[in-house]
Amino acid sequence: MRTFWKSNQLKLAPWLFLTPGIFIFCLYVILPVFQSIAISFYAWDGLGVKEYVGVDNYIELADDEAFYTSLKNNLIWLILYMLAVPAGLFVALFLNQTVRGIRIYKSLFFFPFVISQVVVGLVFSWFYDPTHGLMNILLNAIGFDSIAVLADERFVTYGIIVAGLWPQTAYCMILYLTGLNAVDPEQIEAARLDNAKGWRLLWYVILPQLKPATFIAIVVTVIGALRSFDLISIMTSGGPWGSSRVLAYYMYEQAFSEYGFRMGYGAAIAVVLFLIMMIYIAGFLYKMYRDERGL
Amino acid sequence: MKNKKKLLKHSLATMLLATAFSASTFAGNLVINTDTSDPAPKKAFEDLIKGFEAANPDVKVTLNLFDHEGYKTSIRNFLTADAPDLATWYAGNRMLPYVKSGLFESVDDVWENNGLNKSLASAAASMTIDGKKWGIPYTYYQWGVYYRKDLFAANNIAVPKNWAEFKAAGAKLKAAGITPITIGTKYLWTAAGVFDYLNLRTNGYDFHMALTKGEVSWTDERVMKTMNNWKELVDAGFFLDNHAAYSWQEALAPMVQGKAAMYVMGNFAVAPLREAGLTNDQLGFFQFPEITPGIEVAEDAPTDTLHMPANAKNKVDAKRFLAYLAQADVQTQMNETLGQLPINADSVAGSDEFLQAGFKMLSNTSQIAQFFDRDAPAEMAKAGMEGFQEFMVKPERLEKILKRLEKVRMRVYK
Amino acid sequence: MFPTPIEKTKPSIQLLYKIALPIALILWLLPLIAVAITSIRSAGDITAGNYWGWPSSFNLLENYTAVFTNSPIGQYILNSFKVTLPTVVGTLALSCMTGFALGVYKFKGNMLVFFMFVAGNFIPFQILMVPVRDLTLSLDMYNTTAGLAMFHIAFQTGFCTLFMRNFIKALPHELIEAARVEGVSEIQIFWYVVMPLMKPAIAALSVLIFTFIWNDYFWATVLTQGADTQPVTAGLYSLNGQWVASWHLVSAGSIVAAMPPVLMFFAMQKHFIAGLTLGAVK
Repeated sequence: MRTFWKSNQLKLAPWLFLTPGIFIFCLYVILPVFQSIAISFYAWDGLGVKEYVGVDNYIELADDEAFYTSLKNNLIWLILYMLAVPAGLFVALFLNQTVRGIRIYKSLFFFPFVISQVVVGLVFSWFYDPTHGLMNILLNAIGFDSIAVLADERFVTYGIIVAGLWPQTAYCMILYLTGLNAVDPEQIEAARLDNAKGWRLLWYVILPQLKPATFIAIVVTVIGALRSFDLISIMTSGGPWGSSRVLAYYMYEQAFSEYGFRMGYGAAIAVVLFLIMMIYIAGFLYKMYRDERGL
Repeated sequence: MKNKKKLLKHSLATMLLATAFSASTFAGNLVINTDTSDPAPKKAFEDLIKGFEAANPDVKVTLNLFDHEGYKTSIRNFLTADAPDLATWYAGNRMLPYVKSGLFESVDDVWENNGLNKSLASAAASMTIDGKKWGIPYTYYQWGVYYRKDLFAANNIAVPKNWAEFKAAGAKLKAAGITPITIGTKYLWTAAGVFDYLNLRTNGYDFHMALTKGEVSWTDERVMKTMNNWKELVDAGFFLDNHAAYSWQEALAPMVQGKAAMYVMGNFAVAPLREAGLTNDQLGFFQFPEITPGIEVAEDAPTDTLHMPANAKNKVDAKRFLAYLAQADVQTQMNETLGQLPINADSVAGSDEFLQAGFKMLSNTSQIAQFFDRDAPAEMAKAGMEGFQEFMVKPERLEKILKRLEKVRMRVYK
Repeated sequence: MFPTPIEKTKPSIQLLYKIALPIALILWLLPLIAVAITSIRSAGDITAGNYWGWPSSFNLLENYTAVFTNSPIGQYILNSFKVTLPTVVGTLALSCMTGFALGVYKFKGNMLVFFMFVAGNFIPFQILMVPVRDLTLSLDMYNTTAGLAMFHIAFQTGFCTLFMRNFIKALPHELIEAARVEGVSEIQIFWYVVMPLMKPAIAALSVLIFTFIWNDYFWATVLTQGADTQPVTAGLYSLNGQWVASWHLVSAGSIVAAMPPVLMFFAMQKHFIAGLTLGAVK
């Protein structure tokens, strides 16, 4: 036994180290993905027996207004959430100095990212409150009428996204600050000698060097946008009349909320969200694969 | 295969269980799960348990208190996973899923052996499914219109008795710069209260029940009639601005401040209104006025209940507790604390003027609805309430909304 | 350095920058400052609608005591620790091993296993909720802090493996080769050679995971119910329901709930930022 181990340990060791991690990761993450796909072909209230219904859940989805509202909102999230990337870059450029106390400033700017989204959601619901909210007090002060942002289907999604952009911008900022640290000073000097400055310098010299930071910022922002749930749950519960739902929230509502418990239907929504995400995951893995090969 | 899975489950459970929690229930231990997280219901249940333990010293009661909102989702889990011996819930269609899936147990014998068929007769119908009784009702409360007496008086408005008077009263208030009706529809159900009353008064109890049972189309012209009555109020600006942004509690503020005059609500609104400083001279109650003349006036009066899960461990003591809860004196005392009305015919309703008003009103009718989200199945209720909220903000979408509800009906009740 | 260092610019611009900096900060943190001020207002200010004027009295002690005495927030915070700390320990233990295996050994399937962890990490985790809830129920761990921690350990292992593997791959391989030549076993190499070098990665990840898990709200609502088990994020939401319109209490509660990760962040800022960027930007 001992000699067997001795002679084969190079082959066995990696699997020995991997087994616990793979086991629990498969049990809780990989397997459930397939289970979700399977459940999406059943009608199930979580209490009785599962009833196989084929693609009925998907057919119903195709004719479900709420689904399209959620899909549309997901799209708005994906697009507008991207603003966190340039905004983060802008803040990072603003803070990338060496004046006294700048370290404190940097960490305070990063602060919103450390706070739970529950707190962010509460803070912003209050900010938007039509009677006492700071936003409307300011609006009234400059002569506008109050806007009930979170109760108006036209504004509600944008209002929530703004709340989400706050911590997300902080996240992107920190990625860019680190990236800026790693920018090659010689190249900048060389470019300056060539009389490049301001926007041109940023665009042609700095940004290409910040590519890795930009890549990660985009990845985390896309994931953040598709996972958006906390803020919607806290700020509006999907309302008014479901107009701020996104897929992640709609699936929760269908599967687990007080008026839901349609596990199969919820799972079908999950599968759609998963497919959208797969596009990004595949792209990310492909890039990673190329990078690894290139090593 | 099945065994293997079981084995895996067991080894996993032993492997991973960091906090071994298995409520080892020995005889004489009774576990009750409740959603009574608000102050008054919490105290009522604690007193109830104290009283029961004094009368039955051999039983030790454990109370698991759940957050009121969270309970509505937790009950599914604990009924299947780790059932208590008793659990609070609601009457009517709201208990149907648990009865149908065999998670509640029938308690016909408790009713039989304690003469409850007579003493709790008024709630018997709402506790019966498939000819069996599925729990013990212990409290109910009226809905209606709570209003500012002083504002009515200041504007020379008498309590409206019919639709025309009601609209005239609203118009007068409006002219005086007062919002006629306050409401906060952020959590949807408040709008259902308004719908219930408009539909009950426009089309009567039988139609309303048929609608919530899914037997009538949402595009039926009688529904249209109800909604058009509602539309009159919406178009005349009767309801609080931005109501979709507020919870029902936040909507109390305009009424306290004298900016709004009426609130279509349940009796539980009285306590916070008083706490906020309204006196009995300022706060009054009236029955929702007649709309279609000649229709018997039905009311919304939701009943709260206690049930025995089928997976309960201590059913003997659970039934003793249910019998205790059904007693006239116990219900009298409990509802005194709750500020609500007892079910038992031999109980005495509290002397509070709002309770007395409600008691009188409810004694005059045999037609009692539970509430929209208890009479209609959950999914229909959710879609309906969302539709009502949307309608109150965008009345011009009425037809589209009703078509959507009809689509949901076709799916839910199949 | 880009942009141009402020010291090299005109004095007027330097002055402008020094003025702009605190103003920008105040605007950036305005929502939080508002919450902090509200958390010390009296109930009277709130009912009188004095939200933004000068507070009529400073009720710092009263409000924060009230938060702890009239709500189970102490229990919620304890629950949060009961979920967060085991998750940090468990995740680190697992991912040190997986990261070691994937970073040190060349074997068939290495890339495949690695990609499985990475892909799983990017899944919109909501799609796992129905099966994971079922699994937790069948393990008898529904509504326990342990059940919630188990899921977090599993899910975070994906991200941490990515991080650890990249970190270990960048370590000098000669050390390991030298140890092998000496006849040191693979397990001893892991423990005595590699682990000591991983301290910075462990520090960075533990701060990061602590913050992530502390702030989790979604899984807390899916896998736990009630004050006995719910962490503070979910607890705060239900307290928000109880404290309707008592904004001074909601604010104080929010600040209490946000405190642990904030303190953690300021105490271990260097590791935190290293963690965020090291795993990601190569």
